[in-house]
Amino acid sequence: MTGIYTAIPLSCLAAALITGLFGKIIGRRAAHSVAIAGVAVAFALSVVVYADVRAGNLFNGAIYTWAVSGGVPLRIGFMIDGLSAAMMVVVTFVSLMVHIYTIGYMADDPGYQRFFCYIALFTFAMLMLVMANNFLQLFFGWEAVGLVSYLLIGFWYERDSAIFANLKAFLVNRVGDFGFLLGIAAVLYLFGSLDYGAVFAGADRVAQQSVAGPFGEWQWMTIICLLLFVGAMGKSAQIPLHVWLPDSMEGPTPISALIHAATMVTAGIFMVARMSPLFELSETALSVVLVTGATTAILMALVGLVQNDIKRVVAYSTLSQLGYMTVALGASAYQIAIFHLGTHAFFKALLFLAAGSVIIAMHHEQDMRKMGGLRTIMPVTYITAAVGSLALAGIPPFAGFFSKDAIIESARHSQVWGAGYAYTAVLLGVFVTAFYSFRLLFITFHGKNRSDPHIRRHLRESPWVVTGPLLALAVPSIIAGFLLFEPVLSGELLGGAIHIDPQHDAVAKLAAGYDGKQGFALILAALVHGVSTAPFWLAVAGIICAWYGYRKKPELPGKIAAACGPLYRIVQNKYGFDDLYQAVFARGSLRLGNLLSRRIDAGLIDDAVVNNSARVVRRCAGVMRKAQTGFTHHYAFAMIIGLFCLITLFVWL
Amino acid sequence: MIPLSHYLALGAALFALSVVGIFLNRKNVVILLMSIELLLLAVNINFVAFSHFLQDVAGQVFVFFILTVAAAESAIGLAILIVLFRSRRTINVEELDSLKG
Amino acid sequence: MTFLQFAFYFFSATLIFAAAMVVTVRNPVKAALFLVLAFFSAACVWITLQAEFLAIVLVLVYVGAVMVLFLFVVMMLDIDLAELRAGFARYLPVGSVIAVLLVVEIALALAGSFSPQRFANPPAQAAGYSNTRELGEQLYTTYVYPFEIAAFILLVAIVAAIALTMRERPGGKRIDPAGQVRTRRDQRLRIVKMKPANRPTGQPADREDQPS
Repeated sequence: MTGIYTAIPLSCLAAALITGLFGKIIGRRAAHSVAIAGVAVAFALSVVVYADVRAGNLFNGAIYTWAVSGGVPLRIGFMIDGLSAAMMVVVTFVSLMVHIYTIGYMADDPGYQRFFCYIALFTFAMLMLVMANNFLQLFFGWEAVGLVSYLLIGFWYERDSAIFANLKAFLVNRVGDFGFLLGIAAVLYLFGSLDYGAVFAGADRVAQQSVAGPFGEWQWMTIICLLLFVGAMGKSAQIPLHVWLPDSMEGPTPISALIHAATMVTAGIFMVARMSPLFELSETALSVVLVTGATTAILMALVGLVQNDIKRVVAYSTLSQLGYMTVALGASAYQIAIFHLGTHAFFKALLFLAAGSVIIAMHHEQDMRKMGGLRTIMPVTYITAAVGSLALAGIPPFAGFFSKDAIIESARHSQVWGAGYAYTAVLLGVFVTAFYSFRLLFITFHGKNRSDPHIRRHLRESPWVVTGPLLALAVPSIIAGFLLFEPVLSGELLGGAIHIDPQHDAVAKLAAGYDGKQGFALILAALVHGVSTAPFWLAVAGIICAWYGYRKKPELPGKIAAACGPLYRIVQNKYGFDDLYQAVFARGSLRLGNLLSRRIDAGLIDDAVVNNSARVVRRCAGVMRKAQTGFTHHYAFAMIIGLFCLITLFVWL
Repeated sequence: MIPLSHYLALGAALFALSVVGIFLNRKNVVILLMSIELLLLAVNINFVAFSHFLQDVAGQVFVFFILTVAAAESAIGLAILIVLFRSRRTINVEELDSLKG
Repeated sequence: MTFLQFAFYFFSATLIFAAAMVVTVRNPVKAALFLVLAFFSAACVWITLQAEFLAIVLVLVYVGAVMVLFLFVVMMLDIDLAELRAGFARYLPVGSVIAVLLVVEIALALAGSFSPQRFANPPAQAAGYSNTRELGEQLYTTYVYPFEIAAFILLVAIVAAIALTMRERPGGKRIDPAGQVRTRRDQRLRIVKMKPANRPTGQPADREDQPS
């Protein structure tokens, strides 16, 4: 199997290299064929691996030693278990869909081959990340996906806004990565190894150790987990490091779907799930995770309400859903977080690609206020978008229902500090989620067509390369919940990949609620349970409100916004995070840089040190050159004096 | 028999004389070159004397090499002198101060 | 006073005198000739030290070659002696003080370290001992690399001296071998097209070749 494991990322890497290096030579058709073939191979093999893992064949081992530094071997290795196999399937499937979709979306773009190179490279990096069996390789994948994300947000590098956005994404991610790197360093320091196996085995030992710090003793495990979670906050866009994700929508839509919704941003979720044996040992870390996730979930959902750019609505919805996943992590319901990660990957990619399809039809117009009534013109897009919205809103029996309901339930069952707050937040979030997703659907596809008459004449359904992936993604968005709910509850989905302290096990309590029902009966029980509890009715209420506000009485939202006044403005300004960062960090560091460059660099180093030393040398030289008369006999005289001194020395010693 | 110190005194006197020569004839490059030859000769006398008194032929080998280098030096020195004279029409050292810093 | 002592003191005195004349005499030609005398006396002093080979080399190389070179150069150059002698008297006191200081210093250095008690006269060499052979053995075994380097230095000095002093004179008849080798055909051979001479018709061209 090792050969297959190796082949999965390498087929993507090969595709990336071929399209990247020879893209101009082999042309557009060959480029996309190669890229799609590479990813298709990876997908097929991932499915094989997944089946193999479900059959009970796990793998954890190094395949190549890259270097040995200070006695610590730096290896490339794979850890294939339920978690990584599931991630591999999700990543390669979404990636494959996006590859196909890109043929249509980027058809006229001059950077066609470059784009395929990037997304194939991204798939490679993401696979390296999820398949890693040590922290170094995890970090490699982590940084590599960050790099590709940077390249792709700035894909249209002629646009100032794209350059601004990719720089912002890169810088914000640096903050998270720095924490992550410190966490890895702490792991290496305490465990003396970077291999997952060794680290997890020694976790109990390290959990006993603590170190003196501010506010009393700190458990080492808490420090490690918090640092690692800072990395996850950056990559998975949790408050307060979320600011880059909405701006990343400057990139092409397939990228928003692939990287900034379905796969890369879930790397943080994946990582925390992977590190479950560590996080389980620190209640403090779990609380931080839970509270951060809950805050992100509700606050970002509210911002999604007031956006008018179709992609930004979906982007804020992604932020909110990532918050949900984080809540699940904080509640120790790791498999549910991964479950939601999977279903979210499908329906969010679907929504993004649907939005992209609309954007193609509207000739790259993204403002929803200039759309409307597209239902009849683009039926396939409409239906798939509706499926995605229903799944997002958590309406049974769509995929989102199962996973989101499970998250809410596990938040309810969680015992860690802040669980009550988290439960309230995710419950309210359901209403808001339903509201904004149907607001999007109603404004875009229903009502009067408000588009430019010139564009309206050319409106038509997108080609099959666009709608094909939409349909292909709609299928799992509907059925993934049915298929995966039972394995998730029984813990079978991830196998032994995660470790849950029995004290925290919210999922066990959740499963106990269904007292041993199996198969269809379980699904039925879940549906009945869902319909009979608050989240479902909140979602329905959200949809009805959206319908009332945007179909029945379109003037109402404006009035409410005006009535709320300052509150509306706060949400509209995204709670001022951007302004704050811009003012404090961007401008502050600019000012600091100016100060340093003028005072320290130009003033102290250039002038006082460099120029002054030159001046001193020149002045000394000015004195000493007087001795250089140019007459040889003067030099000879100097030699004679030297000779005198030498002989005198010789005589007197 | 002549003691070693007499030879060394001879070398020292010759050396001092040639240093004086360098000072007296500070303008005439030809005499300067001759003085340098005398300096080397003084050193050579010391070498040969020590070689004899220590019964070590290495001193004479060294003199041999000094002679070689001195011959080469004077040949090149004179060649430079000629080139100099051609271009400047003088061998007055006082006028040759283009090395001045 | 043995003959050896006499020879040593005599030639030493000659050497000092000649050296003093070299640095003080007015005419460079005379200076060069006194230098010859100085070298000759030095060679004699060396013979009292049983360094025959070096003494002969000194006479042959220096007196025979280097000094002749000096003479050539001095005579070739058109030197304004008066100008070069200016300031001679002014520097005489300074020079004398320096000389005295040097001699005193060296004498101090010598008096302590190199008394006859510490450096006794060496025993006489065995009959048939050859200084030249001894030197040659050393030169061609222990010092063979320095010897080769010395040879190379001499070669470089020859090349440098020639390269420095050689110059192209206008109107010289020198030949340039490189130019001769580089010559192309059209610089040597000129092909001229000519009209064929008209022959009377009816006469075969190869008439002369036929046996008559």
